[in-house]
Amino acid sequence: MSQKQEEENPAEETGEEKQDTQEKGILPERAEEAKLKAKYPSLGQKPGGSDFLMKRLQKGQKYFDSGDYNMAKAKMKNKQLPSAGPDKNLVTGDHIPTPQDLPQRKSSLVTSKLAG
Amino acid sequence: MMVKEEKGAGGGNDIQWCFSQVKGAIDDDVAEADIISTVEFNHSGELLATGDKGGRVVIFQQEQENKIQSHSRGEYNVYSTFQSHEPEFDYLKSLEIEEKINKIRWLPQKNAAQFLLSTNDKTIKLWKISERDKRPEGYNLKEEDGRYRDPTTVTTLRVPVFRPMDLMVEASPRRIFANAHTYHINSISINSDYETYLSADDLRINLWHLEITDRSFNIVDIKPANMEELTEVITAAEFHPNSCNTFVYSSSKGTIRLCDMRASALCDRHSKLFEEPEDPSNRSFFSEIISSISDVKFSHSGRYMMTRDYLSVKIWDLNMENRPVETYQVHEYLRSKLCSLYENDCIFDKFECCWNGSDSVVMTGSYNNFFRMFDRNTKRDITLEASRENNKPRTVLKPRKVCASGKRKKDEISVDSLDFNKKILHTAWHPKENIIAVATTNNLYIFQDKVN
Repeated sequence: MSQKQEEENPAEETGEEKQDTQEKGILPERAEEAKLKAKYPSLGQKPGGSDFLMKRLQKGQKYFDSGDYNMAKAKMKNKQLPSAGPDKNLVTGDHIPTPQDLPQRKSSLVTSKLAG
Repeated sequence: MMVKEEKGAGGGNDIQWCFSQVKGAIDDDVAEADIISTVEFNHSGELLATGDKGGRVVIFQQEQENKIQSHSRGEYNVYSTFQSHEPEFDYLKSLEIEEKINKIRWLPQKNAAQFLLSTNDKTIKLWKISERDKRPEGYNLKEEDGRYRDPTTVTTLRVPVFRPMDLMVEASPRRIFANAHTYHINSISINSDYETYLSADDLRINLWHLEITDRSFNIVDIKPANMEELTEVITAAEFHPNSCNTFVYSSSKGTIRLCDMRASALCDRHSKLFEEPEDPSNRSFFSEIISSISDVKFSHSGRYMMTRDYLSVKIWDLNMENRPVETYQVHEYLRSKLCSLYENDCIFDKFECCWNGSDSVVMTGSYNNFFRMFDRNTKRDITLEASRENNKPRTVLKPRKVCASGKRKKDEISVDSLDFNKKILHTAWHPKENIIAVATTNNLYIFQDKVN
């Protein structure tokens, strides 16, 4: 499967004969796996499975519940809703995120430096 | 077509790559918005587009060759720049939508204007880039500044004429293709009919007509009925360059499926499945992750396709599904670093790959601002570095070598010294010439072969 390269020095990154690759391939990868499992014993058995993929699909998820927000606003009437304070990602207890808490993403008004 | 490892080479057909230009800021403090996220030449190679994390597109144009100064090809200078996408927040789904440009694809030129598709995670836009080099002057009823003249002063008829003006390049959004993707768009690809295109997200692929924005057809849907059963996602998709009915999509499990749109409206059943068998005894925790295909590209000829997974580049013959015809190791020395690469998330980096115009050489990026080229004919490969250290025009780039273990030779760099924050994920090759565009985190390098 790997191409034999015309290298004087059979460096690993250029690929070797099939057998060599398999021999070298098993040991480092398994050794790395053992290292990882030693550091994180609770790591799941199926790494490519649901957990990892679900995280990928949920990229960008922030927590703002418009229902909670509007209910809280109605209850508080004229009072201000408590804002998140310095840590805008903190969503615990009685805190209801407000639109102001969500990190405001303004588009770049600055021209790209590639054009400069 | 590779530089020989020995010094003083240059004979025969070997290419010597030279620095040509570098675009972008010099300082090390990189603003997130400046991170380059896509690079693409247009069909003639005259235009080079980049997209960044800040949602901006910058287009460079190659200046016409100066016949007298034939020692170098035209330089690329800024032609147009515009804000393509803005950050959005979907309140209904509590989803922050990044403005980062994931892909740019050019349409072939049909008239004086240029058209490109740019996409972020959710919305694809068709942009028209047109030149204006003359303007009408001498209106009958208006002053030059636009104010209307007092009608009583108008006693004769004056017909406006076009007069030359300084070139102005304008970009305007002509179509917005929105609300068709629940998941994050990773690919767009224009059909060889130049009327339709596909867009792919993690679980679905949609077919659009360039003229129609309120409707798109779903042609692939791999979402399981129960999301708990999800085992793989779509990572890239591309239309065949010549057969308008054929497209491929790659998966996070290392497979590529070729689909024929003539077979059925919903192409959930593939026509061909490309997968290299794996020895189960070799399997490790990392196997599936490093087999995930980050890019798939058809050759210009349409006979082959290339896939990029974490450690290698594979060339597949469309007529052979059970294994690739060629495999090139990009940075095999990283196999013994997978634990730390998993911990710092580098193992999830998505490298792209590209073909040269004649399909004889393929290129892909690596870490430490290194990039690699593999010559399919000579079977030679080379590692080069995109660095400001070699930034004198026409300086021939020196090949780089990584020392995997043990004694490091002079000029070699050891694996542990590699900078994993300096990734070259995006590269592009001029469709006709030996000119390449290589994007580091926030800089764009242009290299050319030495012209004698």
